[in-house]
Parts: sequence; C-alpha cells; structure tokens
Amino acid sequence: MTKEYKTITEISGPLIFLEKTEPVGYGELVHINLPDGTTKRGQVLDTSADVVAVQVFEGTGGLNEESGVVFSGETIKLPVSKDMLGRILSGSGEPLDGGPRIVPEDRVDINGASMNPYSRMPPEEFIQTGISTIDGTNTLVRGQKLPIFSGSGLPHNEIALQIARQAKVPGSEEDFAVVFAAMGITNEEAQYFMEDFEKTGALERAVVFLNLADDPAVERIITPRMALSAAEYLAYEHDMHVLVILTDITNYCEALRQMGAAREEVPGRRGYPGYMYTDLASLYERAGVIKGRKGSVTQFSILTMPGDDITHPIPDLSGYITEGQIVVSRELHMKGIYPPINVLPSLSRLMNSGIGDGKTRDDHKAVSDQMYAGYAEGRDLRGLVAIVGKEALSERDQRILEFADLFEDRFVRQGRDEDRSIEDTLQVGWDILSELPEALLTRIDNKYIDKYHPAHKSN
Amino acid sequence: MKGEIYRVAGPVVTIMGIKPKMYDVVHVGHEGLMGEVIRIEGDKATVQVYEDTSGIKPGEPVVNTGMSLSVELGPGLLESIYDGIQRPLKVLQERMGDFIDRGVTANGLDRERVWEFKPTVSSGDSVKGGSVIGVVQETENIEHKIMVPPNVSGTVDEIKSGKFKVDETVCVLANGTELSLMQKWPVRMPRPVENKFIPRRPLITGQRILDGLFPVAKGGTAAIPGPFGSGKTVTQQQLAKWSDTDIVVYIGCGERGNEMADVLNEFPELQDPKTGRPLMERTVLIANTSNMPVAAREASVYTGITIAEYYRDMGYDVSLMADSTSRWAEAMREISSRLEEMPGEEGYPAYLSARLSEFYERAGAVKSLAAEEGSITVIGAVSPPGGDFSEPVTQNTLRIVKVFWALDAKLAQRRHFPSIDWLTSYSLYTQGLSEWFAENVGPDWVSLRENAMDFLQQESELQEIVQLVGSDALPEDQQLVLEICRMLREYFLQQNAFHPVDTYCSFDKQYKLLKAISKYSDMAQEALESGIPMKDILALESKDELAKVKFEEDFDGVLNTVLDKMDKEFEALGGN
Repeated sequence: MTKEYKTITEISGPLIFLEKTEPVGYGELVHINLPDGTTKRGQVLDTSADVVAVQVFEGTGGLNEESGVVFSGETIKLPVSKDMLGRILSGSGEPLDGGPRIVPEDRVDINGASMNPYSRMPPEEFIQTGISTIDGTNTLVRGQKLPIFSGSGLPHNEIALQIARQAKVPGSEEDFAVVFAAMGITNEEAQYFMEDFEKTGALERAVVFLNLADDPAVERIITPRMALSAAEYLAYEHDMHVLVILTDITNYCEALRQMGAAREEVPGRRGYPGYMYTDLASLYERAGVIKGRKGSVTQFSILTMPGDDITHPIPDLSGYITEGQIVVSRELHMKGIYPPINVLPSLSRLMNSGIGDGKTRDDHKAVSDQMYAGYAEGRDLRGLVAIVGKEALSERDQRILEFADLFEDRFVRQGRDEDRSIEDTLQVGWDILSELPEALLTRIDNKYIDKYHPAHKSN
Repeated sequence: MKGEIYRVAGPVVTIMGIKPKMYDVVHVGHEGLMGEVIRIEGDKATVQVYEDTSGIKPGEPVVNTGMSLSVELGPGLLESIYDGIQRPLKVLQERMGDFIDRGVTANGLDRERVWEFKPTVSSGDSVKGGSVIGVVQETENIEHKIMVPPNVSGTVDEIKSGKFKVDETVCVLANGTELSLMQKWPVRMPRPVENKFIPRRPLITGQRILDGLFPVAKGGTAAIPGPFGSGKTVTQQQLAKWSDTDIVVYIGCGERGNEMADVLNEFPELQDPKTGRPLMERTVLIANTSNMPVAAREASVYTGITIAEYYRDMGYDVSLMADSTSRWAEAMREISSRLEEMPGEEGYPAYLSARLSEFYERAGAVKSLAAEEGSITVIGAVSPPGGDFSEPVTQNTLRIVKVFWALDAKLAQRRHFPSIDWLTSYSLYTQGLSEWFAENVGPDWVSLRENAMDFLQQESELQEIVQLVGSDALPEDQQLVLEICRMLREYFLQQNAFHPVDTYCSFDKQYKLLKAISKYSDMAQEALESGIPMKDILALESKDELAKVKFEEDFDGVLNTVLDKMDKEFEALGGN
C-alpha cells in the first residue's frame, strides 16, 4: 500500500514542495491526485529529511493543498516494445493515436546510463543522405550526432524530412527505423511531419513522440529522453539502425531555463542554467554504436538559433558536444537555393572515418577540401568585388570568384526529391573543379587528378 | 564511523552524523556510491558524488573512508584506460556491461598481474622519499622505477627479488615500514620535488607551425583555445601521438564518447616514431565523457596530473594533454552552483583562477627527490563559448601559460589546418630555446623563422590595402611578398593530420622546407630587382611543385629535384 501525502506546503510555477514524508528517492516518479479526480505526474528534484521538491510535468494548474501526492518508489520508466513502431505517443509516452496501450516487452529508465567509452565502436559507416552538401562535404556516419543549426523561417524541416526519406547505407538492406520527438513545435509543423511520414509510408517504421507548443513545457524535459530510450531499445535489443530526429532543441533549452528559474537557481549565461552543457550532453551522447551489437543510434536534431546567432548558448554548447553541425543559411535561402546549407561553418567531425577508399571513394577528402578552400576564397573575393569591381581582380581571382558561383549553383542546389548518389555528388564536384586551372588544385594529389579530372580521365 | 544522508539534490548530497575531514572520500547510500567531502557546516557535510544519485533517499547510510581521493601508482598504469576516478574502463565493462552502472569499485591497478622486480638497493642501504629501490620492465621501452613514497625514509632491512603482484611486499625498512610495487597518493596534492628549473629543451611535436613558429619547452605550459570545430581535438591528438616525450597522459575531460572511442581504437595501432612500438605502450588514457558524472569530471584532471608526476619522478619526460579544461571549469561551476556559493565572473566560482594556476603549476622541468631530471609539459585545450577569448577560463589560463596557440574558426572554414592563427599566437620560449635550435636544427634556423614571421606580419598589413584597392594595384615587390606568404601558408604552415607522410614532419624536413621557400624568396627578389617581369617569376613551375614536396615519401630526393629545377628556371629567366 503506497501512502498518499496531503502535505503540500508551497506551489510555485511547475514545482510543488511537501513536508513530513517518509524518505523519498532522488529522481523518483510521483503521481499527484487532484481534487477533481485527475492525475498528474512529476519527478523529485530535491529530497531531504524535511522538504521534498517535485516538478510536475503536466503543469500545476488545478493543484491545491488538498491534492494527494504518491511516490512510486522508482525513477521514470518507459514501457518499450517493438510494437511501438507506427505509433504516435504524447510527450510523456501516452498513446495519442487512439490505439491500445503499449504492451511492454521491457520497462527502461528514461535517463539511460552512460555508455562505457571502452564499449563504443568508432562510427565509420557512411550514410548516404542524397544531399551533396552533406554527403560530399559534411558526411554523416552511423552513430553520429549531427544537428541542423537553422533559424526561424528557414526550410530545416524540409531538409530533415528529405534526409529521413533518403538516408541509407549504400548496398545494405538492414532494419531501419525513425524515432521522431517533437518538443514544443506547433501543431501545424507537427502535421507537416506526420503527413509526410504517412505519404511516404515512413510512419510504419517510425515512433513518434509529440509535445506540442501548447503542451506543458516541463514535459519537454522528458520527451527527448523517452524518445532516446525507445531508440536505444530498438537499436540494441532489436538490432535496428535508428535515426532519431529531435526538434526543436531550442524549445527544450527554454524549458530547462524555465525550470531553473522556478527553482531559483543561480543562472548562467543568458539565464540558462549552469548545468546546461551536462544536460544537453546527456541527450546528445546517447548516439553511438556498441561493439558486438548490430544496431545503432544516429541523431539528427534540429536547433533554431535565436537571431541566427551561432554564439548563442544553445548552439554554442551543442556544437561542443555534437560531432559537427549543418548550418542552414538565410543568405542562400534568400538567393532561392535549396537546400540552403552553408558548408563553410558546417562540419562533420566523423567525416574522415566514414569516407575514402572502400567506404565512399579514394578522392573524396581531397575533392571536399579543394571545394571548401575554393569556395571560402571565392566568398572573400565577393566582398572585394563589391568595393573595387570585378575588373580589378587578377585572372586567378576571377576564376575563383566564378567557382564560388558554380559551387552554389550546381553543387549546393538540388531538388527536394533529388537523391544524389555519392558518385553523382563527387562527379558534380569534379565538373565544377575542372573549371579552375589545374595549378590551383593544390589540395588534390596528382594521382587523383590523373584518375578523375575530366580533362585527364581516360574513357 | 557511520552517518546518514540528509538531503539529495543531483550530484550534491548532504550528510550528517559523522565528522569527516575536508576532501575525505565517503561511500553514500546502500549501494556505496563514491563521493568526496567538499564542505563542512556544523554537524552536516556536503559531498560531491561521482556517480548518478537517482533513487538515493535521505536516511540511507554513509561510511567515511577517512582517506582523501587518491590514485594507485605502480606498474600497470601504462596502456590503461581509466575513468575520472581511476576505475579501469575495461574492468567496468566486464562487471557492468556496455553501459556504466553505479556502485562498482575497481582497483586502478590489476591485483593479479605479476611483475618481475629487480632490486637496485641492498639491505643496509639508507633510503629516503623518492629513492629508487628497484625496477620493473613495464613495457618494452619503459623501465618502471619503484620508488620509496615521498614521506617515507629509513634503512633497508630486507629486499626481495623475483615475481610479485603490485600489493606484495618487496622491501622492509628497519623501522618496520613495508614497501610494495604500488603506492597511493592524494590527487589534490602535488608530489614533492627537489627543485624546479627553467626548461631549455623543446618539445618536438612534428607539427610545423608548433615546432617552427611557436615552440613549447619540455616542462612548459601551453593552451589551445578555439571555438568548436576549429580543430582543438585533432591538434591535441596529434600532440599525444607525435610528441617526443617518454610518457603521454591524455585526459578526455567532458569529451565526446565517439571521439574517445576513436582514440581508444587508434592509439594501440599507431607506432611511436621514435621506437617503432605501439603508442599505447607509453600512454595513459583518462576518459570521462560529457555524459559521465560531473563530479568525476572535476576529479579527472587531478587524477591525470598525479599519474604524470609519478612518472616525472622517475626521470621521464611526460606530456599531459587535457581536453578540455573548459569542461573541467564548468564542472567546478556546476558543483559550485549546487552548493549555492556566491558566483564570480559568468557564474564560475571565485576560486576558478586559483584552481587553474594550481593545476598548471604542477607542470615543470624538475630535479626529482631521487635527483633525476624529469619534466611535465601541460597542454590544455580551452573551449571558449562562442569563440570569445575574453571569457574567464581563457583569460585566467592565459595569465599562467607561456605558449598560446590560438585556433581560428575562419582558417578552419577555409580548411587551413592546423588552424592556428600565426598573428595572435605566441610562445615565450623562443628566446630560451634558440640556443638549442642553433645547435640541433641549423645555425640559421632562428633567422629563417624570424624572416617568415616578418613576412606574415607584412602580409596582414598588405591584405588591408588589398581589401581596398585589389592586389593588382600593389607595387610588384609587394605582390611578391603576398606570393611568398601564400607559399608559407600553404606549403609550410598547412599540415594534413590525416596524410600518412605529412602527419609528422621532422625538424630536418621543417628546416629544409622553410629554407627552400626562403631560397625562392631571395632569388625572386633578386630577379625582380634586375628587371624581370613579375608574371614570369610567378610562373615558375618549380614554385608550384614545391607545394607537394611535403607529401612525398622521398622528401629529400624530390626536394632536391625541385630546387635544381628552380636554379635552372631562374637562370633561364636571365636578367642581370
């Protein structure tokens, strides 16, 4: 028989404080019975012999001192099962699609445990997304966490969907699943995702967790943890390759800040809690591949940078944890280029282990470096041209300037349904590089020039 | 003594009922989670717990060990991979599986492994703290010296020889003290030395911009600050791979798990360029990834430096890489904020600067208690938020360290690697090391380097003009300067860490490469003065061929061919 306490002394924002309880465990799941008969759930944040603080996930609306509090004696667990595929759940794991409750094969702690670095397999399996700016210059590999840094009004959702549709490991037919967690996005955005999932049949192999903009903010703190627990279960118990899409990390961080403020914590930069790095790490680090197990968890999160500012604490801390970032650029978007990915600030840290001979192609790195260097210089020259005019540039500089335009127009730009293979991507790369004089291709070994340069290639 | 838990709030637990000393290690809860006392207030004490505290309740028991957080020092450290509190990750995996559970203790050193001990003292000898009583061949190239713990001295009564486990007695002193192959040392206390001296030898890293332009001395301190994606970790790993020290301690502090996995995977396969043995045989890895408990992250830096000091005391040159000290500082901040301490700058505790300087001060070239010369070079990565170097961790670090390798995101975006900005970086060791360079690299090395720096400085000024009027508007001699700087940047400073040949560049190669560029520079200037048109000088094939010399297996051969061609081409240009 579990005791029900009616000793709430204070309700403040999403927090309630209770006195005179039996010893309560840190992080325990709490059920709160309201006078009107409804039940809410919460979690213990601070526990001492005198006072217990609980954060309430569904918000404290309707709560009063009459409410009864029951401590469950365990931390929050998610019932998991392979049958979750195809289901739509709320941000706290309850079915939203009118279907039956999940019959659990297992119940897992949503906080997960940290993976022993010694057990990790270094990710190195190339994932082909069909988007040149990712495959060619910022390659994604299995087990990586690579977020999209975007801004309001940019087509990050379309890019994420295109990736979810097209992502595959060339030449392998393995079990693949998508776990999609929406945190504080609007109903309309959620509909857009759901419609696309349904249209393409992706829903059958997806688990969807929805916490929408009007759902309680506190719930957002557990939504991604639920999603990642489901993903880990599918990956490590059912050998599936799981792609996790978390959107939008910014809303998650706002919820963290809100909780921190409610707890009257000393704020860090811009009011975000000082432990935000550790907290974000506990989400992002749950991507990976384990030695001796078949499945993998790859994360592709979406993060909208407030004011397009990459130094804002949210993208900044994320960038220090994730293995790179794909940066969506307003400038390219305005030029009408889709996908408007600016490769210069974008980066995939695991690219080097996922490309090359036997994985993609031997010349991949050289081609990518050369395009990067050329495009970076070309963009610098654009600034110069604005001042002195094109005529004042040397012959060499003019060629590089043209290269930057070609790069945007032919390499970056592609159709929303255009699924380029890695060969196609590298071919486009060589096509535009061949417009440059050969002496400028200093990043490319001569043997690759002989082998792949359109002017040399012997067919 | 037993006490009980009063309050649990994340990694910070308040206990009561026992009277611990500051920094005592305690075990809290039924599962015996390890923690360290960090504040005492009346009958209560605050403990930072190194493991996850979910489910821990007030009222659960607390046991005080009475010892402060210590590491085990002895043979078997090398080739090990530890978490922040010296638990071997391999043992943790055997006991708990692929995910790290809690409440598991594991010895830092393997108690079962047997070592061949050869004594170097005999009974009747008097020994003091730091004296070597014997040796153990730890790996092929590292002879592990078994030393008397710093606070022990006496006359040897009995000394054994043969095969022993680390905790078996090998030596008994007249006063009854028993010594084994292993000793313990509290991590927060520096190990004593006889004296420190000014470092005079460079740390050779095989990285051209580091060795060539901004060298660090063996026993020195360096910081690598840079925004994310600018190549901090790659630079740190290159240093761990190629530094010419005897021992490398690599601390992944709040690092990415996948990156750590990469290191764990790669190091055993890499060869030490000096000995040809696997690099792992001289390496101790400490991995506390960003999602592992924050208190253990705070401790990991101390664990690492204590192990480094232990090898230094044997007379070895040790280099220690900490990636990243910002994560360490953040761990301090996080714990400080849970303690509700008054925050200093940007929420960091007011003692941030003191902790950083205490840590870097543990570096140095020393004469150990046993009169051996050893050194610890500390290279700390710093991850400034938003790449802003004015933030507290970077600033406090810069006040202490002597070498500053500033990483620049712009260079990284241009794929100029290592993306170390040559205009803002500095080394305060260049003067002190110039004697060594003149003797060991080349008498004109120092002037070559100064010339190169001078050119690069000029370039930055010229670039400002070019931004306004375009490069064609510059006089020809200045255009030549720009071209030479481009060569310096692309042929010399850029180095490909992933290229099998270019990843390590010996001083000999660095010298010849810089000299070749300088040769072109001199000849080109001469030719220009004698009236040869600029475009002809720029069109020389040998100049472009110089670009790829650094990638050649047969470096000397190719370089000589290119230089011969350069001579001929300049000759063909004629002019007088």
